[in-house]
Amino acid sequence: MSTTATAKKPGSDESTESIGASIRAAFTTNLRQSGIFIAFIAIVILFTFLTEGTLLTGQNVTNIILQYSYILVLAIGMVIVIIGGHIDLSVGSVVAFSGAVSAVLVIKNGMPWWVGVLAAIGVGILVGAWQGFWVAFVGIPAFITTLAGMLMFRGATYLTLENISLSPFPAEYARIGVGFQNGLLGGPGYDVFTLVVFAIAVAAYIFTQFRQRAAAVSYNQHVAAMPLFIVKLVAVAAVVMWLSWLLANNRGLPNVLIILTILVIVYTLVTTRTVFGRNVYAIGGNLTAATLSGVKVKWVNFGIMLNMGFLAGVAGVLFGARSNGAQPGAGNMFELDAIAASFIGGAAVTGGVGKVTGAIIGGLIMATMTNGMQLIGWDQSLQNIVKGLVLLLAVAFDVYNKRRAGASR
Amino acid sequence: MAENILEMHSITKTFPGVKALEDVELRVEKGEIHAICGENGAGKSTLMKVLSGVYPYGTYDGKIVFQGKEARYHSIKESEHAGVVIIHQELALVPHLTVAENIFLGNERKGRFGLIDWNEANTQAIELMHQVGLDENPTTPVGQLGVGKQQLIEIAKALSKDVSLLILDEPTAALNDSDSQHLLDLMKRLRDEQGITSIMISHKLNEIEYVADTTTIIRDGQTIETLDMSDPESNQDRIIRGMVGRELENRYPPKTGRHVGEELFRVENWSVNHPTQPDRIVIDNASFDVKAGEVVGIAGLMGAGRTELAMSVFGRTYGRHGSGKVYKRGKEIHTRSVAECIQNGIAYATEDRKRYGLNLIDDIRHNISAAGIHKLTSNGWINTNEELKVAQEYRVAMNIKTPSVLQKAGNLSGGNQQKVVLSKWMYTDADVVILDEPTRGIDVGAKYEIYTIINKLASEGKAVVIISSELPELLGTCDRIFTLAFGRITGQLPIDEANPEALMKLMTQERTAKPAAASAGEGK
Ligand SMILES: Nc1ncnc2c1ncn2[C@@H]1O[C@H](COP(=O)(O)OP(=O)(O)OP(=O)(O)O)[C@@H](O)[C@H]1O
Ligand SMILES: [Mg+2]
Repeated sequence: MSTTATAKKPGSDESTESIGASIRAAFTTNLRQSGIFIAFIAIVILFTFLTEGTLLTGQNVTNIILQYSYILVLAIGMVIVIIGGHIDLSVGSVVAFSGAVSAVLVIKNGMPWWVGVLAAIGVGILVGAWQGFWVAFVGIPAFITTLAGMLMFRGATYLTLENISLSPFPAEYARIGVGFQNGLLGGPGYDVFTLVVFAIAVAAYIFTQFRQRAAAVSYNQHVAAMPLFIVKLVAVAAVVMWLSWLLANNRGLPNVLIILTILVIVYTLVTTRTVFGRNVYAIGGNLTAATLSGVKVKWVNFGIMLNMGFLAGVAGVLFGARSNGAQPGAGNMFELDAIAASFIGGAAVTGGVGKVTGAIIGGLIMATMTNGMQLIGWDQSLQNIVKGLVLLLAVAFDVYNKRRAGASR
Repeated sequence: MAENILEMHSITKTFPGVKALEDVELRVEKGEIHAICGENGAGKSTLMKVLSGVYPYGTYDGKIVFQGKEARYHSIKESEHAGVVIIHQELALVPHLTVAENIFLGNERKGRFGLIDWNEANTQAIELMHQVGLDENPTTPVGQLGVGKQQLIEIAKALSKDVSLLILDEPTAALNDSDSQHLLDLMKRLRDEQGITSIMISHKLNEIEYVADTTTIIRDGQTIETLDMSDPESNQDRIIRGMVGRELENRYPPKTGRHVGEELFRVENWSVNHPTQPDRIVIDNASFDVKAGEVVGIAGLMGAGRTELAMSVFGRTYGRHGSGKVYKRGKEIHTRSVAECIQNGIAYATEDRKRYGLNLIDDIRHNISAAGIHKLTSNGWINTNEELKVAQEYRVAMNIKTPSVLQKAGNLSGGNQQKVVLSKWMYTDADVVILDEPTRGIDVGAKYEIYTIINKLASEGKAVVIISSELPELLGTCDRIFTLAFGRITGQLPIDEANPEALMKLMTQERTAKPAAASAGEGK
């Protein structure tokens, strides 16, 4: 059929919101999104005080990145699983298993480090395919399939490692997890290279933001008022450059941060701009409607699980590199951290809703809290109670919000 | 003048970006049947949700006076306690629970020690069912009953709560004519025998004419007028004028510009078995065809297998495939999956939008692009700007009432949701379009718009198949009508030979040769 768009002139007042409207939108329609950012900032400030500034030293920020990268990688996969209406309880065991295979090849059998890396990722993919097969084609709920997987792959880890830990990895392997890019451009007491990389990234970010805004305006879509838009960009740029300053003054740019950034960009695009991503939201939102709209549900489910396996393999490499070896008990409870990160980041328990960036922020909230509490010297038991409460409150906030949105005046 | 059981004064209710109600006034006399009419999205359901505490006191402006007292309900429980019971647009029964369990859900008859006394409950359930003219075993799971009976169970449930004001939101939308008639008569009986006041929302104006004592018309969130239905002036045309604000000359647009051409689509000897009872035949050797530029209707009673036929053809989304072939332009094609159907230019807009048609938690934009997403994709990437543009174009072309296509589909009124479903399928550029109950729950004005769209599709040389339980609709839009009874095609009539009596006769034709193995397949 032929339809004609109502042509408005680009940049007219109708598509650009007033400042007031933008702020209001941030607090009403986008409350959940802005809420999680605000919560994150609040938690950072709180723990900066409680730790008397230690939280935000270059040393500690570097540490947080190294220590939680694998949880963040898992959270990316997990939020996609959750959007699709599933859950994956096996990721901790898969991290351990893929790391174990890798360690046996490299440490025991003396294979080159890259064989170990590929093997770990390969194991992750195979496990993903295995679980995907049961979930998608046999129709076993993911909860059950991955509960079984959690047991099976933990068992497989013990078998592979013959109940003992293996270490150390060759330096190249370990460098993936604990290495840095620095010194390439020298620098008087701080690493110029790190600063340059970050500056390029910020410039690219600002460029794409402007392009998106221009596109949105030309398609007559509502955009935030210009001053607010600028304020947002400046704020993001400032925070990121400050972070780079911290890193540059410490050991430079962590390799895991590069890997993580690439994954976040790729998966943000996958979820928002590809048919696969769209299909994941569709089947999580209404399975029958998706089927009747031509979504190949089985293959999408298979893809979701396969991808989770792949990312668990990647996390397995990062964790192995960081801990410089493989332990039979590695990765215990990682799945719970990843699930918690997704839900804190705004994923809906019933599926169909969630964002990769949300899960990352959710993961950072968990990371900041855990690290902060460790710095203060709180007991592990207390840490768990606090983390549990935060998860509960985050979801409760969501539920409350939804109810309010329905009944709002 | 009799006293008013309910007065609603200047009710205003806004959602983010939408003013759903503005200074609405409603007065309902004790013991009357009061109809509320209005276009899709006019605010009818919202008004009833305000009244029944779904939107609690404080989330709207205005004043409600019920039985002389100001009402400030904070929840449905509170309004029910006061005697206001609402039966929502979508049935809210739990299919796996029994009739009695459903009737007393949330209102359990407790005996000693606070345990439920099931004997007592079942006996009372029988009594309540009797009041609504049902004779079912109280221990039957509700899911096994037809929609018509389920609707009556909803009313029995309401009666169990000592209702004095019964609100029915489009109660007959999913019912066939005889079930509807039964329900309307029941409303009259409840009024005359028990003095129960009812408020009924409906888009079926003939029903309103039949049952209502008074009609209030709402347009764009405002009360337009209240008509006394005993006044002979208050006929259907009068109501339509109030609803749409102008005269609507015809209910159906003229079938101009149609040129019926070659055969475009044909289904031959199609047989399908029940998904869980493999030896039950639901569709038995059905054949039908539709030509380019032609609109073909499929008429059948509830349970005849209309939806089952369509869904089994459309990507085998229903039942177990038995046998049969599908042809397009004379060449055999396969329709084994929905994707294959879309590729072959076949579209099927489902009957139940909420359950099968839309992703309610996603926005309108994504719903519109869902089936035709390949058109927006290059190298695997979706052009999201283009997607937005497409959605906005359809919003304008289909007159979808919403401030923005970024609104969630679940926030739309029923009729507008249907337009989103239609937009989705029109965007796939299909040339065989199967529409299952395309105007269920849709107001007269929007119906006219949808008929116009159907006309347009036909005049573009597409083949349209309409499944509908409203015979006038089929007679008003189709060129040819097939009848389906007990899973078999029992005949076809060209439009100039078709009339309700002739169709009805074919629609009720029992099978002659074999005994009725495929007794009315009531859904799944
Ligand atoms: N929860 C909500 N959030 C936002 N907008 C809403 C919400 N509920 C309803 N609306 C909007 O309020 C208006 C009135 O909706 P309502 O459901 O009352 O219409 P209706 O008269 O019952 O229509 P129909 O005949 O199609 O059922 C519509 O524009 C609808 O989009
Ligand atoms: Mg309604």
